[in-house]
Amino acid sequence: MVRNRTVSARLSEAALIATLLLISFLSLGPVLHTVAVSLSDNAAAAGGFVKLWPKGFTLESYRKIIEEPHFVHSFFVSVQRVLLGGSINLALTVLMAYPLSRSPKEFPMRNAYMWFLLFTMLFSGGIIPLYLTVKTLGMFNTIWALVLPGAVPVFNVVLLMNFFRNLPKELSEAGYMDGAGPWYMMLRVFVPLSLPSIATVTLFSIVGHWNAFFDGMVFMRSVENYPLQTYIQQLVVQTNIQELDSTQLELLQKISEKTLNAAKIVVSMVPILIVYPFLQKYFIHGIMLGSVKE
Amino acid sequence: MNLKSFHKHYHLMLLPGVLLLIVFHVVPMFGAAIAFQDFKIGRGIWGSEWIGLENFTYLFQIRDSGVIFYNTVFIAVCKIIAHLIVPLVFALMLNEVRQMAIKRWVQTVVYLPHFISWVILAGIVIDMLSLNGIVNQTLQALGIKPILFLASNTWFPVIVIGSDIWKEFGFAAIVYLAALAGINPSLYEAAEMDGATRLQQLRYISLPGIASTIVLLATLSIGNVLNAGFDQIFNLYNPLVYESGDIIDTYVYRVGLVQAQYGFATAVGLLKSAIGFVLIVLSYRLAYKYANYRIF
Repeated sequence: MVRNRTVSARLSEAALIATLLLISFLSLGPVLHTVAVSLSDNAAAAGGFVKLWPKGFTLESYRKIIEEPHFVHSFFVSVQRVLLGGSINLALTVLMAYPLSRSPKEFPMRNAYMWFLLFTMLFSGGIIPLYLTVKTLGMFNTIWALVLPGAVPVFNVVLLMNFFRNLPKELSEAGYMDGAGPWYMMLRVFVPLSLPSIATVTLFSIVGHWNAFFDGMVFMRSVENYPLQTYIQQLVVQTNIQELDSTQLELLQKISEKTLNAAKIVVSMVPILIVYPFLQKYFIHGIMLGSVKE
Repeated sequence: MNLKSFHKHYHLMLLPGVLLLIVFHVVPMFGAAIAFQDFKIGRGIWGSEWIGLENFTYLFQIRDSGVIFYNTVFIAVCKIIAHLIVPLVFALMLNEVRQMAIKRWVQTVVYLPHFISWVILAGIVIDMLSLNGIVNQTLQALGIKPILFLASNTWFPVIVIGSDIWKEFGFAAIVYLAALAGINPSLYEAAEMDGATRLQQLRYISLPGIASTIVLLATLSIGNVLNAGFDQIFNLYNPLVYESGDIIDTYVYRVGLVQAQYGFATAVGLLKSAIGFVLIVLSYRLAYKYANYRIF
């Protein structure tokens, strides 16, 4: 009887693990397939012989990518946007989170600012008024159109503010006793104590900047200024989808680009894959960050 | 000690952020006034003619609005339900695994799609579902005629919801996993002593232990009833599936920025924003009342 139960328990455990491994395989499968296509010979990919392992291994597609000036350029636009946008996000997050983490007693206007922030978070004028604003400011075709409209990551501010608030009150009191001013307290006490949290929100904003495509599409009027995701959106995804009801000839043309497109997709995923281990280390922490309140 | 002298420094710290929010959030909010205008870009907001609620009444007259409203709510509600159930089942399964190496591997893999943009995921999905893609190749090998998935109004919502589950279920499970980790282990020990099976422990300890989390997530998701996911649908849809896939956000983009009917598109967006605002406030109030949840 007891023996039987352990056997069935073992069996169900094995079934459970098999199911979970299958789920993880299904999650990763499409990405692996795309990598395999990008590394395959064009004919093999077009003939549908490539599943999860490259057929007729070649780096031809990647060589072609390097020769495409627009692709390379848009890659650097994205890098530039991540560096500039990420730094602006980081600076503004810290600058806003610290004063907002003061108690209303210490900083009576705090709640007014908080309501202002909440209001901007919940209500927006929509895409068209923003488009007209950016146009009026003459920011079209400049990097500023990509980094300034989202310069204040309100959600990150709230996360970091909650983290600051949970640091012991004695820290501030001791600091004030020793004559530390607000800038000193922020930069020399609070920031060093919350580096993991700051890393978390910064990684979030970096990923956000890398993945954004819509602002590039709306605010950039020519291909030369596209960030990478916009480039992929306009020149890979849009064209593929428009050819859904294409003629046989066009279809052949499209097939010949299958491996090239796959390679472009893989290249634009690489930076995310590079930061992914760090992301994974921090994001669970990040989600929990600010969820505990007094 | 004079803490009052700190105030001006606090204002100074907040100044750059507040200015940017005013320029890029508050000014456009007032700019949304063009919803009540026959807006001409050459004449600007001061020179265009005010037409009252005409844009809004027009919205209720055209057939498009019924279709996009239905599509938006239908897709959003399906996603909300899927996002409550799939991650829950997955988290409960993962919670039963004792082998840490397997657990960590599965987590690493299923969280990944969350961080990849819809542009890229849509690129992958479109390629796989195209006529010469891996899905149709497999169907053909099984003797089934190839299907133009992304041109079919039957398949489009299925693909949208399915690919959204693929991207988000793992990440959404984190909240449940954290709640499961917070359950007192002595409850399981006691249950084992009393001879409860793993299934009974799941039913009588795990599920009740995370019930409040489920209620909270369900309440907060009310705010998303009008958010069907612009990034995803914009990258997957095409004119052939407007009937089943066109949502408010994609419609506003097309009518406003492509066809340049600024006033009308702003009116549609504004209406959505207003309803969304009410829904979010409602969901926060409910969450506060029933789950004691506060954002600040």
